Amino acid sequence: MSESTDPAALEITGLRIEATAFPPGEKPRNIVLVQDVDLRVEKGKVLGLIGESGAGKSTIGLSAMAYGRGGVRISGGQILLNGRDIGTLGAVGLRGLRGAEVTYVAQSAAAAFNPALRLMDQVIEASLRHRLMTRTEAEARAVTLFGKLGLPNPETIGRRYPHQVSGGQLQRVMTAMALCPKPDLVVFDEPTTALDVTTQIDVLAAIKDAIRDTGVAALYITHDLAVVAQVSDDIMVLRGGKMVEYGTTQQIITAPKQDYTRALVSVRSIEHAEKPPADQPVLRVEGITARYPGVPLDVLKNITVSLSGGQTLAIVGESGSGKSTLARAITGLLPPLKGRMVFKDRALPARLADRDQEDLREIQMIYQMADVAMNPRQTVGTIVGRPLSLYFGMEGAQKQARILELLDAIEMGAGFIDRYPAELSGGQKQRVCIARALAAKPSLIICDEVTSALDPLVADGILRLLLDLQALEGVAYLFITHDIATVRAIADSIAVMHRGQVVRYGPKSQVLNPPFDDYTDLLLSSVPEMQTGWLESVRSARRIESAGN
Amino acid sequence: MSRIPLSALIGLFFTGLYFMGAIFAPWLAPYGMAEIVGDTWEPWSAKHLLGTDTIGRDLLSRMIWGGQTTIFVATAATALSFITGSILGFTAAVSGGWIDQALSRFVDLIMSIPALIFALVVLSVMPVTLPILILVMGLLDATRVFRLSRAVAVDINVMDYVEAARLRGEGTAWIIFREILPNALSPLVAEMGLRFIFMVLFISTLSFLGLGVQPPLADWGGIVKENREGIIYGIPAALVPAFAIATLAISVNLVADWVLNRTSSLKGGRNV
Repeated sequence: MSESTDPAALEITGLRIEATAFPPGEKPRNIVLVQDVDLRVEKGKVLGLIGESGAGKSTIGLSAMAYGRGGVRISGGQILLNGRDIGTLGAVGLRGLRGAEVTYVAQSAAAAFNPALRLMDQVIEASLRHRLMTRTEAEARAVTLFGKLGLPNPETIGRRYPHQVSGGQLQRVMTAMALCPKPDLVVFDEPTTALDVTTQIDVLAAIKDAIRDTGVAALYITHDLAVVAQVSDDIMVLRGGKMVEYGTTQQIITAPKQDYTRALVSVRSIEHAEKPPADQPVLRVEGITARYPGVPLDVLKNITVSLSGGQTLAIVGESGSGKSTLARAITGLLPPLKGRMVFKDRALPARLADRDQEDLREIQMIYQMADVAMNPRQTVGTIVGRPLSLYFGMEGAQKQARILELLDAIEMGAGFIDRYPAELSGGQKQRVCIARALAAKPSLIICDEVTSALDPLVADGILRLLLDLQALEGVAYLFITHDIATVRAIADSIAVMHRGQVVRYGPKSQVLNPPFDDYTDLLLSSVPEMQTGWLESVRSARRIESAGN
Repeated sequence: MSRIPLSALIGLFFTGLYFMGAIFAPWLAPYGMAEIVGDTWEPWSAKHLLGTDTIGRDLLSRMIWGGQTTIFVATAATALSFITGSILGFTAAVSGGWIDQALSRFVDLIMSIPALIFALVVLSVMPVTLPILILVMGLLDATRVFRLSRAVAVDINVMDYVEAARLRGEGTAWIIFREILPNALSPLVAEMGLRFIFMVLFISTLSFLGLGVQPPLADWGGIVKENREGIIYGIPAALVPAFAIATLAISVNLVADWVLNRTSSLKGGRNV
């Protein structure tokens, strides 16, 4: 962060952003989203903005374009782009600025592209609208950028429609769109968050190369410190709209000064000693093959796994690998075509309708999105209490006492009993879902990506709670996740799934240690590590490998 | 209790006024329903506040008694259409498969015939009594409610909490009444305000055409019919029930809007 006489690409001082909240039945009131933020991005440098949801990362990122989402207004401070105060530009001036000098890469490329237009038309639109280049020049530049970003067939990919390319490719096309008008600053808003790890690494490398080659300055917004460590020169840690720490990438990840940053760096440090498999498995899945009705494609192919009582089996895989389908097969929602399931030495009926209440009670489920897993019209007490009345016939004071016990077990107090789900935070909602599952006193809980919608610190708390409850209640978890760090933290055994098949299965120590099969190796090596230079080392290792072949 | 907005207060006042008028008609009406008390089409006076009608009955009394019939028939028919329509709609959405197909196609079939013509055909072969009127109107209108509640329930049915209830082993009745109904209530309440007004218009239309409420019973549509010739001579008797129908329609919808706002709150309608 050396001071220079040359104006920085972006310099923000004393930024303050406010919005108006309209609580029902009350007077509208002002809420401060961001305050006292100062930052400086030199030309050709990348600043990473990191923080949990609600930390104000995206709000700050958009303020670099003097834009406030839905009623958000920039109420104080100065935003200098190339030394020019963009706060005073007015609507016409800003229109000339956005898409020409500052561009934006959104999180979900799939939602950000117009599905009715070809990719090329969208990529060069800003350059043409701002009369920066002719159509031929713009198309030539787009093709160059496609090549630079490692897209297949750069000459012709622009003729495709958004649905004709994969999610990772679409994210790269969006990066090309942002770089096309030769901007001075690009704002990347979580560009790789929605991607699988093996795709993320390619997109990340492409973005990094493109930034280096074009010499553009960038703001890189993410919640994943390991990702931002790969691409940025400096990092700013944000929390609740305030700056927590601001320094070089190296300093933030090796020698954080603030407690909050230390917590972020050391997250997922849960140590879980692997338990040896017991003789009596609680669930055996034997040779299951399944497909969705009307789709002639086996989503699950001959899956055989087993889970010991009181232990955790992690099912790992990327999106589309069939891991959630396996959960649906076990719960009876999708009866398999072939194979059988054995639960505690009894054959488990394939169809949900054929299972008795005891089967249903023994297998509970926790969902990824706690928001939609609870009826928004029921209070916490009703949600947690229902399994008690249904399975154990509890009513009145006895039920009330048990509900309180369960709320206590999930580290939430009696005060929550009358709350509605909309009044809870994301982590609290997931805790209530855990309590609902526990209320049935099951032997097996299926956890489907239960932490992936949560911020890292909150997710950490949920994992700890799950481990504590396992030790206490002896319940087994079938833990479905795409996150290797989570697997390391809680699994006893692991099944790696790829395209509907289990490619690797065994105790944790065996699965996560060499020798690896090709897919597991790719998967494990694609998980970003919290150190600078990791991206380069992985990529050079892969290049050597492919050169050797 | 949150503050009631002005529009809802106005709506509540007029809706309340009409319903009170309907309930307390025997005490409020100055004369009997079919009592001939004056000349044909007497002007408004202290004796006859709204004048008299085509055969010399007191119009205010006719309006009050007529309001009772109109509002009673409309309310009963709306209740019938919502109870059958929403229960069948939810069942179709939750059960799926052939139950859904059978119910939906049957409803399509009924809806392909214009409701008014269907009602006229049925009423021309049936004895026109109040229960028959309510049944015909309610069941015909239930097809609309069925479509709405099925559409709403299909969306709710795929939510994880409904799946969770299924996995828990809950029966269809629990899923319909405890999981889906509370979440489908907002659009249904909004629709109910609208449907009630359609019912008022429907019964008025039927009466106007002579196949609705039969004389000597009064109802607003019938009063329009009886007095429509007066308009040629500048006599406003036919406009009075028209005005009543319009104000009732607006005020019921103002109330429905307010109820909708309250029920769509996910925090149990309590203030934050």
